[in-house]
Amino acid sequence: MLDTSKTWDLLVVGGGNAALCAALMAREAGCSVILLEGAPKHFRGGNSRHTRNLRCMHEEPQDILTGAYPEEEYWQDLLKVTGGLTSEKLARIVLHHTSSCRPWMMKHGVRFQPPLGGTLHLSRTNAFFLGGGKALVNAYYDSAERLGVEVHYEAQVTDIEIEGDSFKSATFTLGGETHQVRAKAVVIACGGFQANLEWLEEAWGPAAKNFLVRGTPYNRGDILKLLLAKGAKQISDPLQGHCVAIDARSPKYDGGIITRVDAVSLGIVVNKNAERFYDEGEDFWPKRYAIWGRLVAGQPDQIGYSIVDAKVMGKFMPPVYPPIRASSLRELAAKLELNPDALEKTVREFNAAVRTGTFDHTIQDDCVTEGITPAKTHWAQKIDTAPYFGYPLRPGITFTYLGVTVDDKSRMILQDDKPCKNIFAAGEIMAGNVLGKGYLAGIGMSIGTTFGRIAGEEAAKHVRG
Amino acid sequence: MYAADEKPMPLDALIEDAQRVLRVCNACRYCEGFCAMFPAMARRLEFTENDIHYLGNLCHNCGSCLYACQFSPPHEFQVNVPRLMARVRGETYRRYAWPGFLGKLYDNNGVAVSLISAFSIALLFWIAGALGNPDRFFAAHSVEQGSFYALMPHNLMAGMFGAVFAFAMVALFMGFIRFWPYMGEELADFVKKPLAEGLHDAFTLKNLGGGGEGCTYPTEQKSFARRIFHHFTFYGFLLCLAATSVATVYHYVLDYPAPYPYISLPKLLGTLGGIGLLIGPAGLLWIKAKRDPDLAYRSQDGMDAGLLVLLFMISLTGLGLMIWRETGAMGTWLAVHLGFVLALFLTMPYGKFVHGMYRLMALVRYHLERRRPVPGIAPE
Ligand SMILES: Cc1cc2nc3c(=O)[nH]c(=O)nc-3n(C[C@H](O)[C@H](O)[C@H](O)COP(=O)(O)OP(=O)(O)OC[C@H]3O[C@@H](n4cnc5c(N)ncnc54)[C@H](O)[C@@H]3O)c2cc1C
Ligand code: HEM
Ligand code: SF4
Ligand code: SF4
Repeated sequence: MLDTSKTWDLLVVGGGNAALCAALMAREAGCSVILLEGAPKHFRGGNSRHTRNLRCMHEEPQDILTGAYPEEEYWQDLLKVTGGLTSEKLARIVLHHTSSCRPWMMKHGVRFQPPLGGTLHLSRTNAFFLGGGKALVNAYYDSAERLGVEVHYEAQVTDIEIEGDSFKSATFTLGGETHQVRAKAVVIACGGFQANLEWLEEAWGPAAKNFLVRGTPYNRGDILKLLLAKGAKQISDPLQGHCVAIDARSPKYDGGIITRVDAVSLGIVVNKNAERFYDEGEDFWPKRYAIWGRLVAGQPDQIGYSIVDAKVMGKFMPPVYPPIRASSLRELAAKLELNPDALEKTVREFNAAVRTGTFDHTIQDDCVTEGITPAKTHWAQKIDTAPYFGYPLRPGITFTYLGVTVDDKSRMILQDDKPCKNIFAAGEIMAGNVLGKGYLAGIGMSIGTTFGRIAGEEAAKHVRG
Repeated sequence: MYAADEKPMPLDALIEDAQRVLRVCNACRYCEGFCAMFPAMARRLEFTENDIHYLGNLCHNCGSCLYACQFSPPHEFQVNVPRLMARVRGETYRRYAWPGFLGKLYDNNGVAVSLISAFSIALLFWIAGALGNPDRFFAAHSVEQGSFYALMPHNLMAGMFGAVFAFAMVALFMGFIRFWPYMGEELADFVKKPLAEGLHDAFTLKNLGGGGEGCTYPTEQKSFARRIFHHFTFYGFLLCLAATSVATVYHYVLDYPAPYPYISLPKLLGTLGGIGLLIGPAGLLWIKAKRDPDLAYRSQDGMDAGLLVLLFMISLTGLGLMIWRETGAMGTWLAVHLGFVLALFLTMPYGKFVHGMYRLMALVRYHLERRRPVPGIAPE
């Protein structure tokens, strides 16, 4: 069934959202398309299978989107989180695209739903997928199959042959054998390198050993490394990425969205010496959780413990792992393998610094500490009501931003700043062009959908003229 | 051990595993738009055994959330909500069977129990008829001669079936009266507006629709096949019930005994219903044979098929009886038909049939609960 003598119009490397968007667009334009997904069928779809929404610009309410999210506001939000590390030209392409791509997505079987319980604050900006990202990925694969895209699973691409500014062929392994595939164009959409612990260690040092990878174990960045070695122009750097604090008991890979711990802002967080190290109440948790990965990564042994008491239980989204529970602080310290004297001291000092305010977890309330470093600037309440609860935290890496530079046609740019003729890149592997730093919920899928579709369309134009 | 396995597991382990899976789902909630189960789950932070029985009976086994789940087996989180909830429902049925010791009947193979009881009863009728008065039994009777009441007096038939049916209703009612308070609700609250909404959901099978696209039966590609065949079954059953009720009124109130001509209310209702009960169960059996085994807990297939076979055979023998009622084979058709009907009534409280009642209760509860405030959590 695998015809290696054939020259395809388009080869798509990867099998997540960006890859599927490219494959579908090119197929719709009449190209013959082969898609090589490195993962087994059950785990197809990379990090995209873990997503839940994409961020959409819109001038007025749309089906499931409330209010308006105009271009300027979206752009300002992006500018703020990236601190300017973005290409305005490419970013605005994404924003525009998101205002009109959903009907196409729906045509290929993607369904949307109103925001989920606990995510109402996103009802204006983010369109949620019915059933989440895996349902989206399944719908795209079904559509691709119906349209006649040739899909292979467990097909790891190991080499890309480039001559000057042109793609010639790719090498991949399938069922223990090595094959070559020729195509008139290639779309590279095989994600970042966050599942490659050795590479993370090169960038982060030994601390990276304790990182957990929230998404797919198949995004190892081998092709990214290869492209950079073969003359692609780099974007962003290996330290940039999305890294959050997640439950330390999560699996090494693929724990997904559910390993979040939303208790942080309502209690205190200590390190393995039972000392606090950052203002837990700086802002609402969704606005802050992306900095806590780095904060925990900076602590000894890359571990932290979120500690709350009975008063705030039930006031945050229930985490997947039950808390470690104890009737006294000393007992909790013992269970968390912390020094009980040290934890008692930290809590005593914290409690003494708490100034009475009116606690309200739904607003930025006036409960603060005084005379303690670090301060807690909202939701500071004494930790004094048994039982006490602890959640161990580790850095969880979502995705990395290091990638290849692209132009507005999604063509890969070479180190001499010239675009390649027939090499396109889409998704996480080029997300750094738009998102050089920070994160905006739902932008990953926006970038992947936009540049995946553009890449497919442009590849088709290149091939079919 | 996980409920996503096919292996039997003790009740405690099942409940514990359900708590684990529901924690996963509650931290995820991606499937919230598929059915009523997820919004009901999302109202809770913890899951008691009562909650689990309630949520289990809200799940319609549509399958959508299994294919959409990024944590489904072989992922180590082993999330398979449709199979888990099927196992939970099995426990509900066993636990609320009345009298309690008969809950054990759920351990048997439903098809075998159904067929054995139907044929034994049929055989009894046949022997009684054939040996008691062979001339009458094997003779052809015209409709004018009263056809089957010539063989079995109406009062005897009505009395016997009425008694068994009444017992089944009492047994079902005992399940109702215990399960409703077990979910934490007042009996008086059952008959309020949510009842109408629950009935609406039951009559439309809204939740067997995967959020509007259909469910993953018979294959992963969504379709409404299962809902449609269930409608044939469900409405077919109701029409047959209506036919019997009208006939009872004709007989006792209007003094107009059966058999009725082809163009008469009981006959029309019964024929339509009978056709539904042929198409529906046959379709559901076909789907069962084709569907992804991961969606179900296979040791319950017998229970499902038991009801399906009974319904199909009741209809088939009923229609046969109607067609051949003026021939010498009528006695045999009658015996077999009555055997299947009586077997259905007998097994009703100890088989798949009870799902309708527990599901309806869960749906009504859902609409009751929907009106109550959700416990507050921090903006995420
Ligand atoms: C838990 C989690 C939740 C997230 N939630 C959201 C969200 O709600 N909204 C949002 O916008 N973003 C979210 N993101 C980010 C989002 O997942 C990514 O931005 C997006 O999925 C990137 O799409 P992609 O197609 O580029 O990569 P992926 O979907 O990761 O696809 C890469 C594909 O390449 C394949 N591959 C890798 N190497 C090879 C190789 N050598 N040969 C062949 N195939 C290969 C992989 O198997 C995979 O199929 C989330 C990420 C995680 C981890
Ligand atoms: C309140 C009313 C009812 C509801 C909400 C309901 C709902 C459902 C649902 C969701 C299923 C599929 C999942 C499962 O197997 O449990 C099902 C199966 C079934 N129902 Fe119902 N039902 C109702 C009443 C009835 C009635 C009155 C009958 C017929 C007498 C019936 C016959 C069946 C049969 C035979 C199956 C098994 C189908 C199979 O194995 O695939 N149901 N029902
Ligand atoms: S079934 Fe899976 S995807 Fe759906 S809510 Fe549960 S954990 Fe999430
Ligand atoms: S009804 Fe369908 S979507 Fe809902 S819990 Fe059951 S199987 Fe999952």
